[in-house]
Order: sequence, then C-alpha cells, then structure tokens
Amino acid sequence: MTDLVIIGGGPAGMSAALAAYESGIRDILILERDAALGGILQQCIHNGFGLHKFGQELTGPEYAWKYEKRVHELGIPYKLNTMVLDITYNKVITATNAEDGMFEIKAKAIILAMGCRERPKGALNIAGTRPAGIYSAGTAQKLVNIEGYMPGKNVVILGSGDIGLIMARRMTLEGAKVQAVCELMPYSGGLARNIEQCLNDFNIPLKLSHTVIEIHGKERLSGVTIAKVDDRRKPIMSTAEYIPCDTLLLSVGLIPENELSKSADIELSSVTGGAVVDQDRQTSVSGIFACGNVLHVHDLVDFVSDEAEIAGKCAAEYINGEKCSNISVNLKTDGRIRYTVPQRITQKKDITVYFRVSDVFRNVRINIKNGDKTVFSKKKNKVAPGEMESIQLKAELLDGVSELNLELEEV
Amino acid sequence: MYDVVIIGAGVVGGMLARTLSAYDLKICILEKENDVAMGASKANSGIVHAGFDAKENSLKAKLNVRGAELMPQIAEELGVKYKNNGSLVVGFNDEDVKTIKELYDRGCKNGVRRLRIIDQDELHELEPNISDKAICALHAPTGAIICPYELTIAAIGNAMDNGAELKLNFEVKKIQEHDGYWEIASDKDTVMSHYVVNAAGQYSDAVAKIIGDNSFTVHPRKGEYILLDKECGGLVSHTVFRTPTAMGKGILVSPTVDGNLLVGPTSEDISDKDETSTTIEGFRKLFDADTVKNIPFNKTITSFCGLRSVGSTGDFIISSIKRGFISAGGIESPGLSASPAIAEEIIDMLGVHGLVLCKKNDYNPYRRTAHWFREASVAAKNATIAQNHAYGRVICRCETVTEGEIIEAIHTNPGARDLDGIKRRTRAQMGRCQGGFCMPAIMRILSRELDIPYESISKSGGGSDVICGRTKETL
Repeated sequence: MTDLVIIGGGPAGMSAALAAYESGIRDILILERDAALGGILQQCIHNGFGLHKFGQELTGPEYAWKYEKRVHELGIPYKLNTMVLDITYNKVITATNAEDGMFEIKAKAIILAMGCRERPKGALNIAGTRPAGIYSAGTAQKLVNIEGYMPGKNVVILGSGDIGLIMARRMTLEGAKVQAVCELMPYSGGLARNIEQCLNDFNIPLKLSHTVIEIHGKERLSGVTIAKVDDRRKPIMSTAEYIPCDTLLLSVGLIPENELSKSADIELSSVTGGAVVDQDRQTSVSGIFACGNVLHVHDLVDFVSDEAEIAGKCAAEYINGEKCSNISVNLKTDGRIRYTVPQRITQKKDITVYFRVSDVFRNVRINIKNGDKTVFSKKKNKVAPGEMESIQLKAELLDGVSELNLELEEV
Repeated sequence: MYDVVIIGAGVVGGMLARTLSAYDLKICILEKENDVAMGASKANSGIVHAGFDAKENSLKAKLNVRGAELMPQIAEELGVKYKNNGSLVVGFNDEDVKTIKELYDRGCKNGVRRLRIIDQDELHELEPNISDKAICALHAPTGAIICPYELTIAAIGNAMDNGAELKLNFEVKKIQEHDGYWEIASDKDTVMSHYVVNAAGQYSDAVAKIIGDNSFTVHPRKGEYILLDKECGGLVSHTVFRTPTAMGKGILVSPTVDGNLLVGPTSEDISDKDETSTTIEGFRKLFDADTVKNIPFNKTITSFCGLRSVGSTGDFIISSIKRGFISAGGIESPGLSASPAIAEEIIDMLGVHGLVLCKKNDYNPYRRTAHWFREASVAAKNATIAQNHAYGRVICRCETVTEGEIIEAIHTNPGARDLDGIKRRTRAQMGRCQGGFCMPAIMRILSRELDIPYESISKSGGGSDVICGRTKETL
C-alpha cells in the first residue's frame, strides 16, 4: 500500500507531489509515461512561464526545472517510461514499464495529473485527401524543438489556440513561411499576448471566422482551400480561396485525457471533459483527486501549479483522515459561463472559483445568485473564452444553500 | 524464373499467393505501392457477406458463399480477428419489404443458411438503437466482420513465410510474351515467370490491355466512410444495412472487429482511379444515415474514402485470353468475402493452363497473430518483458502499443516500412490522438530498425515525406 500515487509527472503532478510532501506525506510515487519529468513543458522552449508564480519570465523547461529540482532534493520517488493502464474505483493502479513489467499498486489516495491531448484532424471531418504534412501544432513543436527537424516550409495554421500561435512564431523563426492562421470563431481562443507577440509582431494574418474546407495533395500536402464562415459557422462557398502550402498545423482544441478516470467510474463533466470536483479537487470517487489539464484546460501553467497545490495538500489531508465535508453546494452556470471549477463545494471555507466564458463579452457583471437573490457581484471590462477568470467566494455565502448560480450579466 | 507472378498485393493477390504457397512453386507478388493492401483492400466496409446479395448463378454469388464458408478457418490460421456478428437488412416501407423478400429467396437459392425475415418487435429486441421507423429486416446470422487490411497483410505474410517473394514499388509497365514464359518489367526491374495472374484491382484493365486484352474495363466507385471512437462501438452489434438499391447496398452502420463504429460507404461513380478524397456532400450523406438512431458523429476519429473496382460485366471477371495469363477484375463487393474462393477459382484455371501443383511437405498455414502480446496473460506479458524490455515501453498511449510490437511489425513478413504501415499492423497512431504523441517516437524506431535516416521516413512511401529537413537548414 502506497499513501499517494500521482499519475503524471508534468507541472501538475510535480506540484501536487511537492504540496503533499509539504503537508507531511512521505510515501509518494509519481508515475510518468515519458522518459523525463516535466510533461509538455519540455518542448515549450519559448518564454512567458512563471510570471504569476515567480514574477519571472521563464521558458517551459526552466519552469519545470524549478519543480523537478525540488522533487530531486526531497527525494520524492518517481518511475519514468511507465504507462498506467488502469485505475479502479478501489484505487488499484495497473501500470507497465520495461524494468518492472506489469505491476499493481494499491494507493490510499490518487492524484490524476495526466494532462491533455490535442484534437486531431480526423475529428474535424475536413473534406479532401489524406496526405503527409498535416500535424497537430504540438506534434510539430516536438519535431522542431525536441527532434530538431522541420515538418515543412510553407505553412497554414488552422485554429488559434495558444500552441498554434506559438508555432506560427516558431516556424517563422526557423525560416518557414506562415501564410495565415485561420480561426473558425469570430475571436481567438489564445491569449491576447500571444496574438500580439506571435502573429502581429511577424505580420502573420489572423483570419477570424475562417476555416479549412478542403485538403489537397496526393502524397504530400499541396494546398488547402479556406473559406469564411457565416454566423452559424457554416462555410460561405463564394469566399473559398486556395492557398498552396506543404504543411497544415492544427490547433483546434485540447481534450483532457480521462480514459483512466473512466475506468475508475469517475464522474466527468461533458463541458470540461475532466472530472467533476469539489473545492479540494477531489473527484466523485473519494480519495481520487484531479488537477491540471486533465481536469480542465488551462491557459497558464502558473494556474496549473496553483490547482495542483490544492489537490496535493487536500490529498494529504485525506490520507491523514483530516478531510472533512460539512455542506453540499452545487455551483451552476448559465450558458454564457461555460463551466466552473470546482463544480461543487463540500466544506465551508473561502474558495476561489475558476470559470470560463463562452464568448467575448464587454462591460459585464459576474453575479452569484442564490435563487433570485444576487449575493455577490463583480464588474469586468472584458471577458474572453481564451482567458480563465476567477472570483473569490466567501464562506458565509455558503450558509444554508444547496445551489448557487454563477451568471454573466451585460451592463 | 518464377512459376507464378501475381500483379497486385491486395486481398485477391494476397489470398492467391497464400493458397499457392502450399504448393512447390516459386511465387512473386509485384506491388506498385510501398506496402501491401494499399488499394480497395485498405478502405472498405470489412464485411464477410452472408451471400444473399448477388444474383443466383453469378460468379459473385458462388464465390461469396464459398469464400464466406472458408473465411473463419483462414482467419483462425492467420490469427486475424473475425467476428460472426450477423447482419441485418432493414426495411422501412412496402417497397423495402418486397426487396427483402427477394433477397431472402435469392439467399436461399445461393445456399445461405439460417436466413430469416424478422418483424419490428424482434428487430428492436435484437438492436435497441435501430430506427423506430424500421418495420422489418432480413436477418443473416452467418454475416461477419473482419479487418480487410489485416487479412491481406497476414495472408501475404504467411505466403512469404512459406517462400513467396514480395517486390514493393514495382509498377508494371511492360509485359512481354516469350515462348513458355512472360517477362514483366517496371522502370527499374524485370522479372520472368511461366504464369502471370493480374490482380491489379482498379488497374486490372490497364494491366490486361498491356497484353492486348481489351475484353473488360474497370471503373472506380467512390465510397466514403466515417470511423467513430471505440466508446461508440456498442451502438449496434450487427452490421446494419439499408435495403439495397441499384447503386449498391447503401450506407451501413457496423461495429468493427477492433471495437470502433463504422458508418459508410457513400456510392459515387467517378473516372479518376486515384481519387480518394472525402467530400462535404459525402459527409452530409453519412450524417443522414437513418437506419440507426442517434449516431454520435461528434465522436468521429477519422474519415476516409475507398474505391470499389466496378467491372464492365456486372459480375466478377476471372478470364484469360492468352495461355498462362489470367486476369481478375471487377472484384468489387463481395470481393473481400469471396477472396479465398477467388483464389481457388484462379488456381483451377492455372491448372487448366498447365500449372502443375505439388503439395509442399513443409507448408505451414499458421501465422502468429499480430495480437499475441496484447492478448497474453499478465504472467506471459511479464515473461516477455523480462526477456525483451521493448515490450514494456508503451509508445502509442491511446491504443497501448509497445515498442516491442512496433519492432515486430517492421521485422515480420511483410515488414512495415512507413508510418501508415506501422499503423495498419499495430494500431499505433490509430487511436484518439491519431499519432499526435507517438509519431516522432515511431519515426525513430523505423529509422533505427530499417537503418535509414530519420528524414527519409514517409507516411506511406513515394513523396509522402513527413519532414523536410533539419532545423536551421531553411534559414
């Protein structure tokens, strides 16, 4: 029996492990499928990490090293190249690696920190051929930054997620021509600072309300047809335009990797794709916690670390038998607010509620309502789907309620 | 000098090579692509049809029923997944009821066993997710599913294990008749053989023309498909057809042997024999598939298009105008189901042409299943990992494929040489992320095992290069 098993040794897993250690847990094991700790940060060689957490502009590997160094210093055990194959409701983990073969571990508590994966091209049902030269932006990032190879020289990017924006700049710096970034929505899903620093600074056009409608080329990609879309996101055929290119990068969404969570019968949210959690980031299965991009997709790794600290600390409380629940409040949202994390509250204390909106809104109020009564309100000049928002929920607002509604009001 | 050269490494050529490899013959398969099963054999519905579709007394009917009978044992010997899930032809109106009755009668004449017509209640009991508007169905319990490229790869692999040779990237350009043998040449290479079988699929008419055989033509009929995530594979257990029309069997909804859900094909006659693009109109038709309720198209993993080889006679064409040269053309549906029987038919014909068949003593019909590691017990897996660490390194996360299995796919006949070859043999890159995570790792393994530069790894041979060079080179 191991006290705490953490699945994933990326920023979330390492941060959770350190927080649990600081809360007194010593019997910890991190299982990481890659050959090194650090997760996706290893290939994020651009800067901009750590502004919130450390007040510094770090690269991805530098940010990861701050945590990895502590993991080494504290001697927290981890296994690399280890793939977890199954988790049960009873917290039995089955994993495999080259040295140990297939093995089982029974844990008192588990923290899920598996991260997310990119939505692939196949899921988009783009018409046309299936040539080489189409990659998700993260795969291209790995090829360029880790493997040292160029996936192509003449690039169109579909989707303006942050990895797509980062790769637009990266490919340009490596001498490729990035012709356009097409975004289906009328706004970008990426951070405002990335649009500025990765596209505008390099004169790369961002074509909002545009999508790729056809892929051309037999063996290697020879071009794409793009078109403007109407307000129902359907292509307007009269605006179709052929762009010759040898590479199409896709940055069309990230999907939390919750196959293991499903095997443990953990309740998942259809909106986030991650687990439904309480303020401690505990899932519907007691003793199984989730944090980082496996819970919901974050914009900034700094917030991942914050969230993982909560999960690590609370998993420690759970192991020590200190985690208590004395209330049950569900947080509901209207359509303009897509989701909150946490989705439910089981303990009366001050809580930061993170949420994401469904569209770009200006001059709004974020209201918390108990029935018809607004119990909290906060003004915001602008909110956008690409930037996670948060509010502080005071403990006293939780008295005697079973449900609170988070609403966005345009003023 | 070969005894038999087979042009085309699809399911027909593959099944023929395997059947012939039981005899004391020198066999060579010529394939223009970088891998086997690159034409219709890699992109079709994967159905072993019961045999009620084809007109009685046609070659299609005869060979379908015989082929379907042979298939379970062949699948067993080759270690290929085969599932006898049964099929349903669903009717919605009086016209359909009439057609279903005809299919029933025809099936009985063709010798299909256990066919029956079931009513609405029994249909919904069998398949709760079938459309509420369906009023009856033809139930064919002998219908089955199989993975068409897995079958082709395994058949050719088994033929090679028994001595057959495979030449890839060999596009037949010239065929010359000599006294008692044929000379077959590509731009780079020449082989000689006493007998030649043309199993060139979509191009079988073009190959026949080279020797002056203009007796048939083949044209492509496009079929687009959508493949859904494994979590949807249980939506139906049977292969569900719509009642057929003049254009074919209509759009089917079926589980695959790997547990995904397949919706397709569309049906569109075209002229370009290499035109395998999907279309917006095609997607629309597939989204409209109405035999099954609530198909979760938002769980799409990928879409693809295959080309059926539609022959000019309406039936399978297995013919010869010159001694020692046999052509198989127009092998559209039920070609996959019939393929073992097509092989027998061709071998009979080769015998008439004078080919002498002597059984080999050391013929081994068995091929170790590509799934042996996946299906092994934990103890057996651990014994394997202890001996070979590569089986403990998971490369493809979505489908749980280890480095050991990928290395095996490269070094087992017919060895994978490109990314798609690995995909079709191991399912690595075929899951939810479609290779997003594992593609660079698989490229490294291919480069190391084949001792070729990383830069030269392709998606599927030819000019399908994955990368264009090192970083900094473009600056």
